[in-house]
Amino acid sequence: MRSQLRRARTTPLFRQNPWQPVSDFPPLLEVSHLSKHFGGVHALTSVSLRAVAGRVLALVGENGAGKSTIVKCLTGIHAPSSGSIRVDGVPHVFSGPQDAALVGISAIQQEPSMFDDLTVAENIFVGAQPQGRFGMVDWRAMTSAASGILDRIGSDIDPYATMKSLSVAERHIVSLAQALSADARLIIFDEPTAALSQSEIQHLYTIIEQLRDAGKAIVYISHKFDEIFRICDDYVVLRDGMPAGEGRIAEVGKDDLIAMMVGRTLTEIYPKTAAEIGDVVLKVSGYSHPTEFDDVSFHVRKGEILGFYGLIGAGRTEVMEAIFGLKGRSGGRLSLDGKPIDIASPAAAMKAGLAYVPEDRQHHGAILPFSILANISLPQLDRIGHGIFLNARAETALVEAFAERVHIRASSWHQPVAELSGGNQQKVVIGKWLATRPRVIILDEPTKGIDVGSKAAVHETIGQLVHDGLSVILVSSELEEALGICDRLMVMSEGRVVAELERAAFSSEAVLAAASRGNT
Amino acid sequence: MKAMTPNREAVLSLIIVAIVVIVIVRAPEFLIASNISNILSGWGFLAILVMGQLCVLVTRGIDLSQASVLAFTGMFLALLSQSMPGLPAAAFLVLATLMGLCLGLVNGALVSIVGIPPIIATLGTMTIIRGLIFVLSDGAWISSHEMSDAFKAFPAGAFIGVPQVFWVALVVIAVFWVLLNYRRIGRDIYAFGSNPHAARNAGVPRIRIELLVYALSGAAAGLCGYLWAGRFAIAYTQAAEGREFAIIAACVIGGISITGGRGSVLGAALGALFIAIVESALPYLRISPFLQTAVIGAVILFAVAANARSERRPGRQILPRHKQTTGEVK
Amino acid sequence: MKIRALGLWEVALFFLLAGVIVLNAWLSPYFLDVYNLIDSTFSFSEKALIALPMALLIIAREIDVSVASIVALCAVLMGVAADAGASVPVLALLSLCVGTAAGAFNGLIVNALGVHSIVVTIGTLSLYRGIAVSIVRDGSYTGFPGGFSWFGQHYLWGYVPVEFLIYVIATLIFGVLLHTTNHGRRIYAIGTNPDAARYSGVPVTRYRVALFALTGFMCGLAAVLLASRLSSVRLDIATGWELQVITMVVLGGVAIAGGAGTILGVTLAVFLIGLLTFGLSLVNVPGIVMNIYIGCMLIAAITLQRGATFVRLHLLSSNKET
Repeated sequence: MRSQLRRARTTPLFRQNPWQPVSDFPPLLEVSHLSKHFGGVHALTSVSLRAVAGRVLALVGENGAGKSTIVKCLTGIHAPSSGSIRVDGVPHVFSGPQDAALVGISAIQQEPSMFDDLTVAENIFVGAQPQGRFGMVDWRAMTSAASGILDRIGSDIDPYATMKSLSVAERHIVSLAQALSADARLIIFDEPTAALSQSEIQHLYTIIEQLRDAGKAIVYISHKFDEIFRICDDYVVLRDGMPAGEGRIAEVGKDDLIAMMVGRTLTEIYPKTAAEIGDVVLKVSGYSHPTEFDDVSFHVRKGEILGFYGLIGAGRTEVMEAIFGLKGRSGGRLSLDGKPIDIASPAAAMKAGLAYVPEDRQHHGAILPFSILANISLPQLDRIGHGIFLNARAETALVEAFAERVHIRASSWHQPVAELSGGNQQKVVIGKWLATRPRVIILDEPTKGIDVGSKAAVHETIGQLVHDGLSVILVSSELEEALGICDRLMVMSEGRVVAELERAAFSSEAVLAAASRGNT
Repeated sequence: MKAMTPNREAVLSLIIVAIVVIVIVRAPEFLIASNISNILSGWGFLAILVMGQLCVLVTRGIDLSQASVLAFTGMFLALLSQSMPGLPAAAFLVLATLMGLCLGLVNGALVSIVGIPPIIATLGTMTIIRGLIFVLSDGAWISSHEMSDAFKAFPAGAFIGVPQVFWVALVVIAVFWVLLNYRRIGRDIYAFGSNPHAARNAGVPRIRIELLVYALSGAAAGLCGYLWAGRFAIAYTQAAEGREFAIIAACVIGGISITGGRGSVLGAALGALFIAIVESALPYLRISPFLQTAVIGAVILFAVAANARSERRPGRQILPRHKQTTGEVK
Repeated sequence: MKIRALGLWEVALFFLLAGVIVLNAWLSPYFLDVYNLIDSTFSFSEKALIALPMALLIIAREIDVSVASIVALCAVLMGVAADAGASVPVLALLSLCVGTAAGAFNGLIVNALGVHSIVVTIGTLSLYRGIAVSIVRDGSYTGFPGGFSWFGQHYLWGYVPVEFLIYVIATLIFGVLLHTTNHGRRIYAIGTNPDAARYSGVPVTRYRVALFALTGFMCGLAAVLLASRLSSVRLDIATGWELQVITMVVLGGVAIAGGAGTILGVTLAVFLIGLLTFGLSLVNVPGIVMNIYIGCMLIAAITLQRGATFVRLHLLSSNKET
């Protein structure tokens, strides 16, 4: 296979400003007291930051701390509720992403949203295609300009290739090329390494350093400390949408950053409750799919929390969906309590005693306009109804029993789930599945994007579940979470299980090394 | 990957050639001059309409009102030629296009500004415009002797033995080819259809794009309206009723994705050729002309199925590709 | 759910309906005649029967634009069977079976291809109509047995048309089905968020086929009533019905994006359109011109829906800000 990212050249490729030391640039971007509310939810409260040309600013915070919201305000997707954004000292109000691009602000999204049907060159120059005579789009000039930019960042992606044939790493590169073609001066990287392999990450660091040396201001969003200490110069920490600290990376330690991020120490958020581990309940052997996963085998025991760790796109969700009957497979068997069963639909999985809390809460987990009541009763209307007719009393009883258990905060069981906070929405989804009285519950990134309080509540619920004798499969991309609460950890990479670790052998180095092993 | 999926236009061309060969073998009279002339003009009408529909489909929309716009414009201009016999053909051409454009803009406004789903909006205007033809004409037929000579001369005429409709279609195709491939707004249409959300972030003006594509679709239908009324020397309320489905069939056969973002001018033109040839071949193969509607329906289903098959992917490509290929070698 | 059953939209429709009655009574002295009003139900009962399952389909985010073609196909095949000497129950059964099969075929294709139902049913619209046309050609079928006219021409107890009674019963059944059963709840769930419904164990594909088949079944029923009433079947039978049926549903407040709508709203819209067209026909407005009014009503209804959503979002956000 051809290397997707050619190694970058060693000579600096961007012109430096020779008569001005980089660190003395005035702040290119100055954000002061920025706030953003969505209805009653305060996503950002009075956040200030400065990005200086030639420096890399780390924007640090947990999931749901408001990092993405700030990016959306900076790139004109959201209008801030209050506060100001100054570029070169001039205040700006962006009415759309175009305005932000015009003053030189570009963002590389975690999963870049591109035009899959168009070519790479067109994606780079969308809306600004080079024009020749009579205002005709000059395809040749566009393609050679695209090659030029891609070349400068050391990539050999074919500018004629259709976007949809590209890998995630290549999409990031094209997204970056797009920013460079628009003469971006401030480039925001939103957790760019989440789906990249080690070598791709190294290449990205090289590119960022080159951009920095060329006098671009970089905002680097991450919650991975090795990255932050590797390439960032300054930091701003956010917690629950509020500023929680700022300064120079050289003057701060990892523990200080963690303390600022979470406001407490790690062991406190991941309390490991001891549960009695019993016999094997679910055994999966040789699950395979033509393109998504291959020969996945594992088992989970009564009272056990089995973790699945891997990079984003490692195939973990796909495996879980196959187990729950949501997608087909090309091979593999499954047994419950030693008895082989065939699960062809979610209804069958539910009947067998499985439950699956999907990763995408808003699209797959809950029906947002439905009430809490209707959401929780949906999987088992047949069981609680009077024949084919709805049974309001049984529904309420069901919800009362299980909503209490997961501590949903709502004004009434008739309240639409859309009106709840992310954390409470997640509790509704978990409650919905607990109400089916499963034996094995699969939780796919259950704490993604919810606030710290809800997160702790979810972890507490998980502890309670295994205590009650359930088996939990926890898919998590957060290493601390996986290491913190699991009894055993399966590591996946490129659709295969690459490591299985007992709790005694847990170490972040071993897991990370395994997770990016397959990717070369 | 590219080498594995053969070029769609090439495949379609081969299929068309195969059909023509089969028909000729079974009925050599298919090749007589008058029939070829009919096929060329039939293709011309369809191709012009399909160009407009192509733009709409690329933006994930659909325009069901084209046939009504065609009939309305034809009727209006036929009545105009009756009251103003002095008007030259060029005036009719311009007026027809403008009139179609305006009607198309109404669709565009309903879709882009009001936000009505395209199928519903154009289903509505399809019926309304059809009704307006009745109001305009009082249900009467305008036939040859009631139209001015200038009105009929150009559409019914021929240039080096080939119907004028064919030449007009070539010009229209050229215009759309340049527009869609070499103008920024044309590329914006594709970008918008490929990913409306990202297009918005890239500053592609949604409302302007949607207004434009429905206006183009209407303009194409309007132009056809004049050519149709002039060539067949008749204008009536039910003219071209049901043709909207032939247009859509031509588009899906030509590889235009109903889900937006994809479709080429060449593919659309070939799709129109396919339909024109199949329709004209039916009588030669002694297949009842009454089956024409059913054939078009089957063609739509078949083409949609073929497109869906080629578009469907087995899933995300997570497993590394090279490992699979080594597996095959063993 | 209960709050939604009598929303603003239904109240607005009720007043519109009252307005249409008053206007019609003022325009034509024949309008408020009991016999005339009873007979007016003939003009919409059959379409309204199809509007019921169509409402369920649209609530579930699907649509079937081939309904008129299914009616035509059923009617033509009944004509063929009648010529072959089939009895009345056989004719009715045939129509129901053909309709159900045609509808189920739509649903199966939508599932198999994973394409939006608009595209598929545009194809089957042509296909079914084409088959019907190629059978009947430019002739007509008139050889229905004597008892067949009972469905479409008979009055019960001297006043109530059989057609209308069938429609009323069907409305009650659909209302109960949508608003008080597990199936109804699941249909709303599918229409609101098909993915989440599937993840919650709702067999979405099975519901889809069932709803299309149900629509086909009701088309078959409507075909029986229509053929019986006209006692003649020609190639243009039921043309343009798809638009009128969809208009009834959308005007009834069913959200075209799925997930919302009530049978009460659809019923009010059915009577609104039915009485409006009846009133117009009393003042001698031809059918094709009536279609202009119906088309305008459809567009106006959705525009209002969009406007209402816009205003609600606007008011809601301003409430939250203060």
